[in-house]
Amino acid sequence: MGTSLDIKIKRANKVYHAGEILSGVVAITSKDSVQHQGVSLTMEGTVNLQLSAKSVGVFEAFYNSVKPVQIITSTIEMVKPGKFPSGKTEIPFEFPLHVKGNKVLYETYHGVFVNIQYTLRCDMRRSLLAKDLTKTCEFIVHSAPQKGKLTPSPVDFTITPETLQNVKERALLPKFLIRGHLNSTNCVITQPLTGELVVEHSEAAIRSIELQLVRVETCGCAEGYARDATEIQNIQIADGDICRGLSVPIHMVFPRLFTCPTLETTNFKVEFEVNIVVLLHADHLITENFPLKLCR
Amino acid sequence: MAAFPWHSRNRNYKAEFASCRLEAVPLEFGDYHPLKPITVTESKTKKVTRKGSTSSTSSSSSSSVMDPLSSVLDGTDPLSLFAATADPTATAAAMDSSRKKRDRDDNSMIGSDFEPWSSKRGEILTRYTTTEKLSINLFMGSEKGKAVTATSAMSEKVRTRLEELDDFEEGSQKELLNLTQQDYVNRIEELNQSLKDAWASDQKVKALKIVIQCSKLLSDTSVIQFYPSKFVLITDILDTFGKLVYERIFSMCVDNRSVLPDDFSPENVNDTAKETCLNWFFKIASIRELIPRFYVEASILKCNKFLSKTGISECLPRLTCMIRGIGDPLVSVYARAYLCRVGMEVAPHLKESLNKNFFDFLLTFKQALLTEMMERCKKLGNNALLLNSVMSAFRAEFIATRSMDFIGMIKECDESGFPKHLLFRSLGLNLALADPPESDQLQILNEAWKVITKLKNPQDYINCAEVWVEYTCKHFTKREVNTVLADVIKHMTPDRAFEDSYPQLQSIIKKVIAHFHDFSVLFSVEKFLPFLDMFQKESVRVEVCKCIMEAFIKHQHEPTKDPVILNALLHVCKTMHDSVNALTLEDEKRMLAYLINGFVKMVSFGRDFEQQLSFYVEARSMFCNLEPVLVQLIHSVNRLAMETRKVMKGNHSRKTAAFVRACVAYCFITIPSLVGIFTRLNLYLHSGQVALANQCLSQADAFFKAAISLIPEVPKTINIDGKMRPSESFLLEFLCNFFSTLLIVPDHPEHGVLFLVRELLNVIQDYTWEDSSDDKIRIYTCVLHLLSAMSQETYLYHVDKVDSNDSLYGGDSKFLAENNKLCETVMVQILEHLKALAKDEALKRQSSLGLSFFNSILAHGDLRNNKLNQLSVNLWHLAQRHGCADTRTMVKTLEYIKKRSKQPDMSHLMELALRLPLQSRT
Repeated sequence: MGTSLDIKIKRANKVYHAGEILSGVVAITSKDSVQHQGVSLTMEGTVNLQLSAKSVGVFEAFYNSVKPVQIITSTIEMVKPGKFPSGKTEIPFEFPLHVKGNKVLYETYHGVFVNIQYTLRCDMRRSLLAKDLTKTCEFIVHSAPQKGKLTPSPVDFTITPETLQNVKERALLPKFLIRGHLNSTNCVITQPLTGELVVEHSEAAIRSIELQLVRVETCGCAEGYARDATEIQNIQIADGDICRGLSVPIHMVFPRLFTCPTLETTNFKVEFEVNIVVLLHADHLITENFPLKLCR
Repeated sequence: MAAFPWHSRNRNYKAEFASCRLEAVPLEFGDYHPLKPITVTESKTKKVTRKGSTSSTSSSSSSSVMDPLSSVLDGTDPLSLFAATADPTATAAAMDSSRKKRDRDDNSMIGSDFEPWSSKRGEILTRYTTTEKLSINLFMGSEKGKAVTATSAMSEKVRTRLEELDDFEEGSQKELLNLTQQDYVNRIEELNQSLKDAWASDQKVKALKIVIQCSKLLSDTSVIQFYPSKFVLITDILDTFGKLVYERIFSMCVDNRSVLPDDFSPENVNDTAKETCLNWFFKIASIRELIPRFYVEASILKCNKFLSKTGISECLPRLTCMIRGIGDPLVSVYARAYLCRVGMEVAPHLKESLNKNFFDFLLTFKQALLTEMMERCKKLGNNALLLNSVMSAFRAEFIATRSMDFIGMIKECDESGFPKHLLFRSLGLNLALADPPESDQLQILNEAWKVITKLKNPQDYINCAEVWVEYTCKHFTKREVNTVLADVIKHMTPDRAFEDSYPQLQSIIKKVIAHFHDFSVLFSVEKFLPFLDMFQKESVRVEVCKCIMEAFIKHQHEPTKDPVILNALLHVCKTMHDSVNALTLEDEKRMLAYLINGFVKMVSFGRDFEQQLSFYVEARSMFCNLEPVLVQLIHSVNRLAMETRKVMKGNHSRKTAAFVRACVAYCFITIPSLVGIFTRLNLYLHSGQVALANQCLSQADAFFKAAISLIPEVPKTINIDGKMRPSESFLLEFLCNFFSTLLIVPDHPEHGVLFLVRELLNVIQDYTWEDSSDDKIRIYTCVLHLLSAMSQETYLYHVDKVDSNDSLYGGDSKFLAENNKLCETVMVQILEHLKALAKDEALKRQSSLGLSFFNSILAHGDLRNNKLNQLSVNLWHLAQRHGCADTRTMVKTLEYIKKRSKQPDMSHLMELALRLPLQSRT
C-alpha cells in the first residue's frame, strides 16, 4: 500500500447550507516520504440532465445529453510542489459556499434524469513515473429550513370501483370501499408522510397495500421537454387480508439524496408524487395518485 | 469325652455395673465439645474484615490463603467495584462490570413476577415441534429493472448500496424444500452464524440483508404448529442483530478516551455515531416489505437512544400501529409479542435517562397496551380468538383486575369462530393464578358459572368447570364449592358422561383437596362423597382415593376421632384395599398399605380405649388382605395395652385387666393370619413381652409357646426385597432376643423347671442347621449365657410386678442342679461339635469357635473349678493349635485375663494366665 489520499469533511453528515463555510482536511498517508508536483482541491456543483430514451431516440439519448449546468466551482492550490514527510499529513481547507450572480445553490438530489451533485476533488500531481492521485468526495447541500410552520393541506380520499378511471369493464370489478386521508400533501422533507387508511369493506381479499413514492422529472430545452415519472421506493403498509374497519397507518420516511424540495427552474423540474397501490387477490391493481409538494 | 460339669460364676451385677461405668468428668463450659460451633482463628478474621474497596490486585494476592467464601467476596464484589469505578480514571473493564451490575438493578426493577423471556423461550422451543416438512424460501434477489444510468461514480455507489438491500447475491433465489425440523433449525443457526461473520468482516449491508430475509420467514405460517418455535429462532437472530448494531454505535462514541456512561443522553453522542445511527434508520425505513421492516426496526429500537430522548417513547406507539397492517392474525400477534418484549428490555434503561418514575411508566405502558387491545377487541366485534390470546398472553394480574369486563366481552362475542367455553377456560386459568378485586369475586363466579352451567356438551362443560373449581376453592367457602360440585354431578351423571372425563374430574378433586386442608370441613361438603361416587372405573377410583389419603397424611397433624372423617376415610381406605387382588404389584400394595397405615395411626379416641380397640377390630376385618396394615394394627393394639398400663400405673383393676386381656387376645388371634414367618415370630415375642408386662402370664406363655412351635417352620431361605437369602442369621438374631426375654419369664407351676428353655432347646436340636455354619453352636453358647444368668441370686432385670424365677425358687439347690444339668448337656453338644470340626479339616472355624467358647467360660464360668479350669486351658491350646489364631487377639485376651486377676476374688485368674502360653509365630 503506497500513498493514500483522503478527504475528511468536518461535519459527519456532510451537510452544508448556502453561505456556510465547508471545511475539512485532506489527509495524505504514506510509509515513505512522497515527492509531488502540487496538490489542488476543487469544489464543484453541477446539475446533470439526461433525456430519456422514451422522449428521444435511444442513440440520441446516449449522445445528446444536455450539457451539465455548472452551479458552483472553485479550485485552490493547497500545496506547492515538494515533498510530504512519511506518516500522515493533514492539510486543512475551507470553502465558502457562495454562488456567483443569480445562481441558486440547489439541494443535492440523485435522480434518474436529473442529478444535482456537489463534489470535492483533490488531485495530487506527481512526476511522470508515478500516477497522479485523485480522490473525490461528495458533500451535501441543503437549503435553509423553512421559517414558520408549513400550512398543512390534508386530503381525504375514498376509493370505490366507481371512482376509478381507466377501467375496461367496470362490472367485473369486485366491490370495495377504501377510505383514508393524508395529513398533508405539503410535506417537510425531514418529516415522514403520514395518514391513515381504512378498508371499510372489500369483496376480494386484499393482498397488499403499498405506498409508492414517485419522482417526476422534467427536462426542458429549446426543442421541447421530456417528462418522466419513475419510482423511488415502494413501502408496504399492509400485508395480507387486513382487518376491515381498522385503520392502518400511512407512514413513509422520505429517503435522503433521492428526494429534495420540489424544484422548478427554467430548464428542469423535479416533482414528487405518492401512489397508494392496493393489490387485490384477483390480480386487480388499484392506484390512487397524490401529487406532493416537498419543502425543507 | 467326659462330661464337664458347669459352675456358673456368681455375679454381683450392681457392683459390676458401678465398676464398668465411665467416670463422670465434669465439663467446663467453653472447653472442647463436639457440638460447639467452629470458631475462626484470629489471624483469619483480620483478613476477612478488610474491605474490598481497595484495588482488586492487592486483594487477590492475599486471597489464596483465605477461605473460599471470603475470597469470593473480596475483589469481585460488585458493590466495591462499583464504588471503585466512581474514580474517573477507572478502566473500561471496571466500567463494564458496573454496567453489568446496573443491568442487574434494572432486572430487579422489573418486578419478581415478570416472567423473563429466557424461561419462556425454552418452553416454546420444546413445546412447539413438528414432523411436517418445512421450507425456507429466501428470495436472495428480486429483479427490478431499474435503469442504472447514473453518470457519477459517487451516486452509483450510494445507489447500488441501497439496491443491495433488495438483492442479496446477484439474482439468486434459494428455496429449500422438504426440510425436517432439525434441518430447519440448523439452517437458521447457519444464518445466525453468517450474520455474525458478515458483521465481523464489515459487510454491514449483507448482515442487514440476512436479517431482512430471516424476518420474511415469519410471514410464512404454512406449518402452524412450528410457528412459535420459528418465531423464537428468528427473533434470536434479530436480537443478535440489534445487539451488534447497538454495540457498534456505542463503540463509536468512545473515541476520545471517555467512555459513554450507560445513562448517556443524546447530546453526549458524537456526530459520527449519530450519523451512522440515522443511516440505519433510513435504510430500514426503505425496506419494501412490511414484516421485515417492522421486525428490523423493532430489533434496533434501543438505538433510538442515540438520537433523541423521546425516540423510544415515540417509536413504540408507531410500531404498534404498524402491526395493524399485518393481515394474518397469527403473524400480527407474534409481532406484538416481539414488540412488547423488546419494549420491556429497552424501557428499563429509559428510566435512567428520562424519568425517575419509570416504574409507573412501565405499568401504564403495559396497561395502556392492554386497554388498547381490549378496545380493539370490542371494535372487531369481539373477535373471540383475539380475546383468547389476549387472556393467555397478558399477566394474570392484569386480566384478573378486569375480569368483569372480560366476562362482559365474552358474553357479547359471537360464538361462530371460537367457542365461548374456551374463553371462559382461559379466563378461569388467569383467575386461578391471580386474584381479582375482592368486591367482584362473587359476581365473577356467578356470571361465569351462569354461562358454564348452560353448556350442553359435557366435555366442554367439564373442561370449563375444572378450571373454575380452583377459583372457587381459592376464594369461597364450602357452601359455594358444594354448589359447584353439585352442578358438576348434575351435568356429568346423565348418560354416564363422567366416563369420558375422568382426568378432569380427578383434577377437580385434587384442586378441592389442595385447598381444604381441614378434613372435617372437606367431608362436610355434602356433595364430596357423591362426587367420589362418579369415579366408577376402579383404577381411577383408587387413584383418587390415594390422592385423598396422601393429602390427609400430609395435612393432618393431630389425631382425630371425628366420626365424619373416620367414616369417610374408612370408606376411602376400604375402596383402596378392595382393589387389591392377585395381580396387584408389590409396590402398589406397599403404597396402599402405607396410606392406610397413615390413617390408622391418626385415629385416636383419647381415653376411650374400648372404642379404640373396637375401631381396630373393625379395621382388621376391613383390611385383612394387606399384611402391613395387620402388622400395624397389632402394634397399635400392643401400644394400647401399654397405654392402659401406663394410665393405671401398672396396677390393673379388674376392668382394665380384662381389657388388656382382650388386647392380648386380639394380637394372639391376628398373628397367625400373617404370612411372613419372621413377622410372626417377632410379633409373638413382642406381644408376649406386652402380655408379661401386663401380668397376663399364661397369655405370655401361650405367645412364647407359639413362637417356639413356629421355629421348626422357618425355611432355609427367605425372600428379602425379591432376593432369596439364607434365614439362619435372622433366626440367630431372633433367638438371642428371645433368650433375653426368657430370663425373666417365670416357670409355670404345672410344668417342669425351665420348661420353655427345654422346649426351645429341643426345637433347636431338631432344626436342620446348615452344615457349613456354626450358628447352632453360637446359639448353644447363648443358651449357656442365659442359664448362667438364670443361676444368679438376683437377675439382671425384671418386669415390674412379675416375679421371675429368682424370687420363685430363691436360689433353691434343686433348681440350680437342674440348671447345671442343662448346662452340661449344652456343653457336650458344643464340645462334640468342636471335635467334629477337626475331622472336617475346618480348622479355622474350630479355632475361632474354641476361642469364643473360652471367652464364654471366662465371662460366665467359675474358673476356680478345676475341671472348668482345665477345659479352658485345653480350649486355649485348641484355638492356637493349628496356627489359625490371630496372635493379636490372643495377646489382648491374655492381657485382659491378667488385668481381671487384679480385681478382688479374681486372683485365681493369675494362675490360669500362667498356664496359657502364647504360641510364637513359627
